[in-house]
Amino acid sequence: MNCIIIDDESTARLIINQLCSNIDNVKVVNEFSNAIEAIKYLNHNEVDLIFLDIHMPDFTGFDFIQTLKNPPQVILTTSDNNFAIEAFEYNCIVDYLLKPISFPRFEKAISKAEQGYNNSKVNGISVQDSSENDLYVNIDRRLIKIDIPSIYLVEAKGDYINVKTSEQNYTVHSTLKKIEEKLPDHLFLKVHRSYIINVKEIIDIEDNSVLIKKDLVPVSRSNRPELMKRLNLL
Amino acid sequence: MEKPDLSYLNSLSGGDKSFENKILEVIREEFPGELNEYTENVKNQKLKLAAENVHKLKHKISILGLKKTYALAVKHEDLLKASNTSLVEDFGAALDILTDYINKI
Repeated sequence: MNCIIIDDESTARLIINQLCSNIDNVKVVNEFSNAIEAIKYLNHNEVDLIFLDIHMPDFTGFDFIQTLKNPPQVILTTSDNNFAIEAFEYNCIVDYLLKPISFPRFEKAISKAEQGYNNSKVNGISVQDSSENDLYVNIDRRLIKIDIPSIYLVEAKGDYINVKTSEQNYTVHSTLKKIEEKLPDHLFLKVHRSYIINVKEIIDIEDNSVLIKKDLVPVSRSNRPELMKRLNLL
Repeated sequence: MEKPDLSYLNSLSGGDKSFENKILEVIREEFPGELNEYTENVKNQKLKLAAENVHKLKHKISILGLKKTYALAVKHEDLLKASNTSLVEDFGAALDILTDYINKI
């Protein structure tokens, strides 16, 4: 398994490197002291496993995972045991190692990652495929799972976005641009600088607006051609 | 007075002295700067930042096998996050011992 290490502490990176050097099937291909550099690397390179510190300045390990569309397996390495519950919200996290990490505990975590790695090879699919329909949003320090196809409208409101689903509405501190990157193109379309709609939920279109369930949403002139292209017009 | 215990480091190295020395070298290089930053942040009442500093120091403390100091650091970090400085003196005393040790590495 090719892996990378993301940790702002050099002693932690040295220790994980040393632990990996004692395991045959694990190769450290790169290491990063911050998550931003790692994201740049992952834009051009694939890895099988990430050792990820949660507690980093500016950008936490969880923030990092949320930026990845299809994250590889992740082993969290941390000095805090307060994040264990949050960690279980992410399907890509296979284990949670508390520093200082002992070799027997490390081996156990690697064996879990190997199982996932082997399964993904056998099935020919990513272990993350089962979670492709899920979007996690951070509300009052809780990560709440939303079923993506159930979203019918996303509306920008200042520093927040309203995510409307058939069951519930969620107000999330985020931007329309960020959520747009996470939503599948075949289902969702930005029809206005403040609105993204689920095209499957359109009821009717009139002039410069579209009716989505009970919401009348404006369609900007520049986005109208793309919307029309998506419709199965008679 | 608690003394450093390098058994964790020994268990990782499997006798590889160059690895042990590399870790101790990094600790020796980084510790004074981190200590200084922590002291300044406490002095200037930047307690959230001081908690971040303790978080970083905590890992080094654990590598050096200082179990009691580690437990103190965990408590101190949590208290600083809540703007409580009641363990500043105790932690400062523990850091003095650590400084003496690191200067001798």
